[in-house]
Amino acid sequence: MSVKIVLPTALARHTDGQKSFDSEAENLPGLLAEFDTKFPALAQNVKDENGKLRRFVNVYVNDEDIRFLGGDAHPFEDGDEIMLIPSIAGGSFADSE
Amino acid sequence: MVSSCTKYELRCNECGKSFGNRPLSGCPDCLAPLEVQYDLESVRGRFTRETIAAGPANIWRYKELLPIPEGFLPDLPVGFTPLVRAKNLGKRIGADNLYIKNDAVCFPTLSFKDRVVSVALANAQGFGFTTVGCSSTGNLANSTAAQAARLGLKACILVPADLEYAKILNTQVYGARLVRIDGNYDHVNRLCTQIADEYNWGFVNVNLRPYYAEGSKTVGYEIAEQLGWRLPDNIVCPMAGGSLIRKIRKAFKELIALGLVEPKDVRFFGAQATGCSPISQAVKNGWDYIEPQRPNTIARSLAIGNPADGPAAAKMIQETGGWAEDVSDVELVSGIQELAEDEGIFTETAGGVTTAVTARLYSQGRISRDQLTVSCITGNGLKTTDALEGCFATERAVKPKLAAFDEYIRAVDGRLISDAALAGGVR
Repeated sequence: MSVKIVLPTALARHTDGQKSFDSEAENLPGLLAEFDTKFPALAQNVKDENGKLRRFVNVYVNDEDIRFLGGDAHPFEDGDEIMLIPSIAGGSFADSE
Repeated sequence: MVSSCTKYELRCNECGKSFGNRPLSGCPDCLAPLEVQYDLESVRGRFTRETIAAGPANIWRYKELLPIPEGFLPDLPVGFTPLVRAKNLGKRIGADNLYIKNDAVCFPTLSFKDRVVSVALANAQGFGFTTVGCSSTGNLANSTAAQAARLGLKACILVPADLEYAKILNTQVYGARLVRIDGNYDHVNRLCTQIADEYNWGFVNVNLRPYYAEGSKTVGYEIAEQLGWRLPDNIVCPMAGGSLIRKIRKAFKELIALGLVEPKDVRFFGAQATGCSPISQAVKNGWDYIEPQRPNTIARSLAIGNPADGPAAAKMIQETGGWAEDVSDVELVSGIQELAEDEGIFTETAGGVTTAVTARLYSQGRISRDQLTVSCITGNGLKTTDALEGCFATERAVKPKLAAFDEYIRAVDGRLISDAALAGGVR
């Protein structure tokens, strides 16, 4: 099984400039684990201190937000396109500044 | 008029890194959104009630606290919309001290988006972009198209395919390239993020977003100034992406920090349509995250199911002791009609949401009747007339004869005539 991962330019600096590549991951936690071994700098970039995907990154499976599909539990299927896209906002939790 | 000399730069509130000034929305390291930070001390003494009063009657009177590049000469008189006392609406909903901030008449395109676009395009020019664009639910499209035309910039604007006809026409008329996307706003926004990544375009709400969002602060400055340099007890504000409500609070905090108003803990109340209410759901459940929704409401300008500023807005509302509510499409249409009948203000669907939510907050007792409350109306009803389709019957035509008119008016609305009012004695 193989899925296609698509990254924004800001993250491609951690993947030798590759903005898309194939992956064997079966779900989102599997993909993050694959980043750990293949692209440690990318893993550090997209994961928070608890090893979860940072809340500023949205994940889309074939154009659908993964949160509508069940999130971490959603099984990737052969040929899926998985996009990581930063959520765009002026927002911040340090709102009181 | 010259540009402000205030020092500002982009900063990541998550990791604290600064990035100077460039077209960039997210921190390259932790991917968190960037925000414009000012050196407030450098403004002290230059941003006073007197210097502001000496400025033009538009948002540029607050230029010291707007991120506009060196040498920028403000062109359009954007903003400084009326703040009006809403006595009649107040009587209807049990509010003795209610005001409407009326951005339905903002210049040049009749929505509060004119404020953010003018600041964004000032920066687009500063960064040397010749093509600008946006993802939009309509009002932003109108404003970007109009202001780009005025500045001689090319514009490419992406909207959901099912947008109201008036908002599509109000974009095309300015000569902008309008692209209808087969999807909802969240699809459009995601696509724009990718386009901004590949094309050297200035997207006002993507790579120019930190600057763009600062324009919203002018709503807050104006409210404080128009209240005689004091803050209200409560703000009721519509929420789509969740940015405006936060920026009004930022404006109030800056005014307090610089001594222009007395400190006050203003409570913030957010308004959404039930058919797209991710932020109001977060507030009601006490969440600090957003569960995205698939929008299903006629309030298309608020139909953002995955609001980027949603988590921050939900958290901020809870911090201030405020609340968020959402109303049905039927209630929002009533809200449009009540604001029009009571105050002579014709707002779009989003304003119907805000008005209906304001009424509910009073009936719930969350806002008490004597408190000074400002309800923010952000768009004009002429753009969403389809929402009122079927609300008013087409009356039959009456013959151009006085007797025919008299017969007709007595039949349909006899209250309009009292015998004492008949100067000529028709009968």
